[in-house]
Amino acid sequence: MDSKPNSFRTQPDERGHFGDYGGRYVAETLMPLVLELERAYRAAQADPAFKAQFDDLLEHYVGRPSPLYFAERLTEALGGAQVWFKRDELNHTGAHKINNCIGQILLAIRMGKTRIIAETGAGQHGVATATVCARFGLPCVIYMGAEDIRRQQPNVFRMKLLGAEIVPVTSGRGTLKDAMNEGLRDWVANVHDTFYIIGTAAGPHPYPEMVRDFQSVIGKEARQQMQDRVGRLPDLLVACIGGGSNALGLFHPFLDDPEVKMLGVEAAGHGLDGDEHAASLLGGFPGVLHGNKTYLLQDEDGQITEGHSISAGLDYPGIGPEHAWLKESGRVEYTAVIDDEALEAFQLLCRTEGIIPALEPAHAIAAVQKRAKEMDRDAIILANLCGRGDKDIFTVAEKLGVEI
Amino acid sequence: MTDRLSTAFSAPRPALVCFVTAGDGDTAANLDALVAGGADVIELGMPFTDPMADGPAIQAANIRSLGAGTTTADVFAIAAAFRARHPVVPLVLMGYANPMVRRGPDWFADQCAAAGVDGVICVDIPPEEDDALGPQLRAKGVAPIRLATPTTDAARLPRVLEGSEGFLYYVSVAGITGQQQAAQGSIEEAVARLKSATDLPVAVGFGVRTPEQAEAIAKVADGVVVGSALVELVGEHCGDAPQHLRALTAALAEAVHTAR
Repeated sequence: MDSKPNSFRTQPDERGHFGDYGGRYVAETLMPLVLELERAYRAAQADPAFKAQFDDLLEHYVGRPSPLYFAERLTEALGGAQVWFKRDELNHTGAHKINNCIGQILLAIRMGKTRIIAETGAGQHGVATATVCARFGLPCVIYMGAEDIRRQQPNVFRMKLLGAEIVPVTSGRGTLKDAMNEGLRDWVANVHDTFYIIGTAAGPHPYPEMVRDFQSVIGKEARQQMQDRVGRLPDLLVACIGGGSNALGLFHPFLDDPEVKMLGVEAAGHGLDGDEHAASLLGGFPGVLHGNKTYLLQDEDGQITEGHSISAGLDYPGIGPEHAWLKESGRVEYTAVIDDEALEAFQLLCRTEGIIPALEPAHAIAAVQKRAKEMDRDAIILANLCGRGDKDIFTVAEKLGVEI
Repeated sequence: MTDRLSTAFSAPRPALVCFVTAGDGDTAANLDALVAGGADVIELGMPFTDPMADGPAIQAANIRSLGAGTTTADVFAIAAAFRARHPVVPLVLMGYANPMVRRGPDWFADQCAAAGVDGVICVDIPPEEDDALGPQLRAKGVAPIRLATPTTDAARLPRVLEGSEGFLYYVSVAGITGQQQAAQGSIEEAVARLKSATDLPVAVGFGVRTPEQAEAIAKVADGVVVGSALVELVGEHCGDAPQHLRALTAALAEAVHTAR
């Protein structure tokens, strides 16, 4: 990047490019549909009725605005900057994922689509999608890796209760990226009636922009709440990153506030030195997958490698293209946290604040732990608590050697 | 370099395009069997971990190939050796963007040219993203071969044709490779529509498995592409695959070549 842009909030361009990243790398069969989706999204953006319905559902169905919370005992324990949390784990279905699903299903209905498909890894996006499908009475097919189904039985049962059909994916290694491949295969064969609700700010344009916009409710609320509560903006925003939708949702409304620094936290798994991590930005290279150009975990021939993280929601081998651009532009700093650090942060938050976080935001909390100590006591860190940890207690118990 | 392609499609009879995945079985022997059976154009699949547009047969071939350790260098070695053995048979690579652009589009285009590759079909680089590979291929005389599908309407077709070279690949079904076949009527209508919009030869693929299907399509199209049915033979017969490939190719070639 030669010079700083005037605004960090005007991406992507009309072709869906965030700098060199993003775009629409899809098969020709999908291309007309992706173009139609973009037209429909622009029309929805211009329609006050769409926004009104979205806002109404977020308030009365999801439970927004989510609280802004000062974590007093955690702050004391860390002995540095004040730590505040945006409590998106209190949303209906327990994570930020529902914000995006509400927006996309309203768009699907607007487009006259009658069937919804989605991919899921840990099951959070699958549960959120199944939830909105039940709410609007649309049939729902969720693609989920066979291996993930085995690991995430409670979420599989939740989705079934909500009326979704779960299709086990055995191709490849049976994880999230294979589920996404299978979702794309379904979509290409059912373009006439099917809407694909992508769960993160990735995929072909306009998905990265659209998901970011729907998730930006997090940052918009937090910005206002901070002004109301302390009369100023935070010094540092922190969020975990798998595909990156919760981070973009928090960061985007603050991107043009130069005094607000931002830190995205990837999953370093067993460490960035080996292959057992899911840090696409810090340990990957630019490439093309699932409709967009972005950083990917891949070998020297461009074959995609599997990510690893204690958190099933972070072990995707790619990342949203806007993060790739924000990294290269220098606006957002990225770091990574290993499994053990996340596990420790998970327990710390349980004991200091009485909040059981999901393992995904536990990565953000681990990064907060390090940064808070280096900052003044009057500095403010705002971290996104993007999901609750009920789904993770079995994983955590196993790691701690406890049988339940 | 695209001369080989134009020659193959300028014959008075329709062309048979045969696909196998590179590094799946003894690829050199498999390719020789396709040529011996009467294939007019060879489509060599570059294996990829995430073949999103492919059905189970070609997915499995990709997994077998990568499991055997196939690298991009191996794919180009197979192509170059094929070119040395078969100086006039056109060879096109088919695959996905990431392995093609990993070392940069210029590197890839250079390798194609050096290996005697005549064209490249990249599933996930639509005309909108042509900059990612198209200019580099054209500069090296390698044809970027585009796909048209049932969802490519009249308004969009010019966009697809712009910068398209070699031949136009009509994907006859909205779906993945090796699944259902399109109704013959819809293929005839689509080919007529495409041919009225371009002078490029039009080859039809996806779901074509039998000589009967191939013959019906060859009555209206310039070429017929068969992939999954051949790839299944490789998966099924391993070391004995070449004789089976040759037999099926011969039956398909007979049907295609005498269709009109």
